[in-house]
Amino acid sequence: METMIEVRDLTKYYGPQLAVSRLEFQVAAGEIVGFLGPNGAGKTTTLKILAGSLAPSAGTARINGYDCVSDSLPVRRSLGYLPEQVAIYPDLTVTQFLRFAARAKGVEAKAEKGEIDRVVAACGLEEVRGKMVGALSKGYRQRLGLSQALLNQPPLLILDEPTIGLDPSQIVGIRQLIKNLEGAHTVMLSSHILPEVSQLCHRVIIINRGLIVASDTPENLSRQLGRGSRVFITVSGPVDQVEAALKAVDGVSRVLRQGEGEYLVEADNGVELRPQLARVVVERGWQLLELQAQEFSLEEVFLNLVTEEKS
Amino acid sequence: MIQIKGWLAVVRKELTVYFGTPIFYITGFCFLILAGYFFYTNVLYYSIISLQAAQQAGNPQVAVQLNPQQMVYRPLFAVLAIILLFLVPFITMRLLAEEKRSGTAELLFTYPLTDWAVISGKFGAALLVYLILLAFTASYSLVFGLITRLDWGALGAGYLGLVLLGAACLSLGLFASSLTENQIVAGVVAFALLLLFWIIGWVQELGAGDLGRVLQYLSLLEHYENFTKGVIDIRDLVYCLSFIYFFLFLTKRKLESRRWRA
Repeated sequence: METMIEVRDLTKYYGPQLAVSRLEFQVAAGEIVGFLGPNGAGKTTTLKILAGSLAPSAGTARINGYDCVSDSLPVRRSLGYLPEQVAIYPDLTVTQFLRFAARAKGVEAKAEKGEIDRVVAACGLEEVRGKMVGALSKGYRQRLGLSQALLNQPPLLILDEPTIGLDPSQIVGIRQLIKNLEGAHTVMLSSHILPEVSQLCHRVIIINRGLIVASDTPENLSRQLGRGSRVFITVSGPVDQVEAALKAVDGVSRVLRQGEGEYLVEADNGVELRPQLARVVVERGWQLLELQAQEFSLEEVFLNLVTEEKS
Repeated sequence: MIQIKGWLAVVRKELTVYFGTPIFYITGFCFLILAGYFFYTNVLYYSIISLQAAQQAGNPQVAVQLNPQQMVYRPLFAVLAIILLFLVPFITMRLLAEEKRSGTAELLFTYPLTDWAVISGKFGAALLVYLILLAFTASYSLVFGLITRLDWGALGAGYLGLVLLGAACLSLGLFASSLTENQIVAGVVAFALLLLFWIIGWVQELGAGDLGRVLQYLSLLEHYENFTKGVIDIRDLVYCLSFIYFFLFLTKRKLESRRWRA
């Protein structure tokens, strides 16, 4: 598959402070990749370097085969960028700004109106087309930022926290919009919202203190990096006795009460607990109502990785 | 290389902001009030002197001095140049400083525009605003030309000087705006630098030797004066155009440094 983003040995210092350290990753064309990390991990710095607004201290970043520093112009032609802090000229109306952005991005004069109409409709900006940007709510400004990134249908979209500041219904809309870009566009987005990343992205890159700590599909990350295995079990029986019996099973490290008759049983070493748990419950004559293996959520994987790094 | 489409997009955007905000109207109003006032007083003075000269028709020295170019336009061009010192910082201070302060620069510089397209687009829009203001003052001459005989060639040279001087000042103002995020600081720096280039030649009068001559050559005023006399000297043209290019080039270097800073 064609490579859209290729990052090698990417390092960035702000004065003496190291922001990004020897990052290496690739993104294939058509992929939607999530960039995860706590505040100050180096996500925005990396995205800024990719967008050509910051030069790296060392290493290279290439987009569509072009170097982000020496071939900045062709790089900028092939991307749409939504910065973390969406700042747009407050003295222009939405239409005036989009017209400027379309022209600056090289949209043909004949196609300009149609292209603006397309992004306005895609981002739900019809109501505010004539309004001054300075008078827009944060949500509308965010959507306007996204709409300018979509102008001229760039093959790569770099979105830094695309749903920040939006209300829940808008978030759903924007997520759907990003989902619709799948295949035709490559999308690299950073986010703090982990379910968003698991829903949208084919692959997740987790970065902490400027270093990549994991990179895989959300499912694989949950499987490989979740600590051991986990089973959700519902049993009808005396609570204390059930809990004690579950704890006594070989390999069980922890039993957590969840609700009435519901328990979460964890094993450290990845042992398959379900057959043994079922046997124990049935042998004691209690009723087994539910038995389900559970994957670790991306939140837990993320927290585990970041906590490990700290320690 | 300048991209024409990108350049035009920046010019249009800047003009929309100029005409959509009070900057243009307030600076324009003040400029035209002052220019109109000085033109009126010059014409009034010229008419009084003319009347006196007519009463003493035998004095040839008075007759030589009595032409609109000498009595109305040279003083007017001199005073317009001084007004420029105050006007230009107001036109240029926002151009890049505001982009940096508000954060719009981040988006702007991720568009496929060359730095030259952005710089010359902003410069072009500021120059256009200045030319519009100047065009209003040209209307005074059209009316004045109906009642007296004007040397249109000399007048044209004076206006060419005013255009070049204005463009030079705007390029310096744009550079000052690239230095800071604060519009007021950009305005003050532009004013201080313009003043410096205005008076830098004065050291020659204090007998500063070769250095004095070099500094005098660098003075904007020195080159502007020839135009106001109706003289178009290639050296003055070269100086003004070099001045404009030099400050646009410095602005470009300053913008390029943003990618490496921090």
